[in-house]
Amino acid sequence: MKYSLAALAATATLARPAEASIADTIDTVFANSTGWFVNLIFANLPGTGIPWIVGWLVIGALVFTFYFGFIQVRAFGHALQIVRGKYSDPKDAGEVSPFQALTAALSGTVGLGNIAGVAVAVSIGGAGATFWMILAGLLGMASKFTECTLGVKYRNEYPDGSVSGGPMYYIKKGFAERGLPLGGFMAIMFSIFCVLGALGGGNMFQANQAASQVQSVLGVPTWITGLVLSGIVFMVIVGGIKSIARVTEKVVPFMGGGYFIVGMAILILNWDMIGWAFGEIIRGAFTDTGIIGGMVGAIIQGFRRAAFSNEAGIGSAAIAHSAVRTKEPISEGFVSLLEPFIDTVIICTMTALVIIITQQLLIDANTGMYILDANGRIANAEGVGAGVPLTSAAFGSAFGWAPYALSVAVFLFAFSTMITWSYYGVKAWTYMFGEGETKELVFKLAFCFFIFVGAVTSLDAVIDFSDAALFSMAIFNIIALYFLMPIVKRELNSYLLRLKSGQIKAYK
Amino acid sequence: MAEIYLIAYDGSDTAERALKYGAERAKAAGAALILAHVLEWSPYSFLSAEEVAERHKRRKEEVGRAETVILDPIRKKLSAQGLSVSTEVRYGHIAEVLCEMATEFKATQIIVGRTGEKGLQARLFGSVPATLAQVAPVPCTIVP
Repeated sequence: MKYSLAALAATATLARPAEASIADTIDTVFANSTGWFVNLIFANLPGTGIPWIVGWLVIGALVFTFYFGFIQVRAFGHALQIVRGKYSDPKDAGEVSPFQALTAALSGTVGLGNIAGVAVAVSIGGAGATFWMILAGLLGMASKFTECTLGVKYRNEYPDGSVSGGPMYYIKKGFAERGLPLGGFMAIMFSIFCVLGALGGGNMFQANQAASQVQSVLGVPTWITGLVLSGIVFMVIVGGIKSIARVTEKVVPFMGGGYFIVGMAILILNWDMIGWAFGEIIRGAFTDTGIIGGMVGAIIQGFRRAAFSNEAGIGSAAIAHSAVRTKEPISEGFVSLLEPFIDTVIICTMTALVIIITQQLLIDANTGMYILDANGRIANAEGVGAGVPLTSAAFGSAFGWAPYALSVAVFLFAFSTMITWSYYGVKAWTYMFGEGETKELVFKLAFCFFIFVGAVTSLDAVIDFSDAALFSMAIFNIIALYFLMPIVKRELNSYLLRLKSGQIKAYK
Repeated sequence: MAEIYLIAYDGSDTAERALKYGAERAKAAGAALILAHVLEWSPYSFLSAEEVAERHKRRKEEVGRAETVILDPIRKKLSAQGLSVSTEVRYGHIAEVLCEMATEFKATQIIVGRTGEKGLQARLFGSVPATLAQVAPVPCTIVP
């Protein structure tokens, strides 16, 4: 408690005198100082309107999909059986189960990307963005499989039984094993971007969306939410009050389930519209519906938001999965390929359907084209901003109480994602600077500070920066995956052979 | 064939009573004892990323503590009395694990203390002795 009060007091004196102007200043400084980086990452491919980084992720996912022979389809049923515990040795009871590995990694990805990110995607890219988002989710399953298998294979195990792993470890060790140069350099570059990604997408974006939702529904100024979130995260990651994180980890899965049930209820209430909604999604995916950039605009938005939501190819999940003790790296890869499916193909699609079905996006009745507002976004029924407010309005149009429940959910999702990403950030940080409490503390303090910054800055600056930082992780991760995928293939073939011969046996 | 008694033992008062009862019968019948210490564990609970990372370490600590603090002293004490005693630490749903162990070690009897759960908790989740009474593969003695 001592820590947290000191932190609150320190930040409060900064914020109180003139909250609005300080928020504006931070906002401007933020936009100015990160603009060049964002522009570099999202530069278009020459002669096209497609950011090269989006193409990079999709091509990566396509390559892995073909290289592993549509592993996401072939291994889907087997992956479900692993998660159910069919292949778990009863002697390993008490160790992390495949189900726990899956849910722990999901808690880092299921969250605001599913609620806010999808709303941003459809409000810029129209209903059609949903189609491309689902496609990206399905392809991303192969990327996730590749990176998580490698994460387990090349992790570091320490004498005390703890484990460190993730792209920085497989890049370094895997490259050395294959006799390739630059492994150490790429591992460091990945770590730098992982730290930035943790501060951006894993932190500021979350804080920003939580704060704006709490402000629009409950009228609490963003800087207060920023301070509160910052304070609680501080208590958990610096003060070591694990009970808060534990409570959240227990509540968040039920929140996720509750979100899904409410969404399904809205879809069922409007069952006669579901056919129309899918029609809109297909129409938007392949024709120009009047959005900025036309059909390509829908593709970009869909792919961008899918990647941001399920993090396939980014390398973050490999950090979480490598902590699991398993004899077979491949089985961990199989478990992880379910994540983009649950996250994007199921939950994100549901959010998009709710927004489309409740007709939040305004369509010109005569032309069938979307009506755009001054910012080039699709005008919505309630006139609210993109992101959580739009999802909130969509849910609210069906159930009056939904926005309040959603505020709680957004707050908890934001919190749990931050906790998970602070873990990723610390792992990348200690990879670069070595393990040690003081070194971790420096990162953790910065992490808490950026929560506040994220809460008070404008949506666009924050979203752009968080996307840019997250996607930069993918640059080095995917290069490494290309070089290391033959190793995964060897593992995969051996695993499948042993599964067939009964050497890997089912226990239930 | 010699009798083998499987006794659930967690160091609590009720477990002591079950153990005392089992040890007396074992001396009379020349039976061997297996002391089972089962830690409640579900593979379907939720863990945070950090808990996942620390799980193996924690498990080692938990097993170590169960062996050195709870099981070793009692095994020495009973062995000194001339009984044949072995100990096991397991994870899982307690009643299920006891049943599995009974089959695995060919135990002829399971002995547990009555835990005395009352009210809502017992109604919702049942208790270990009540579950064993219904599903145990061998005779089960519940010591009050």
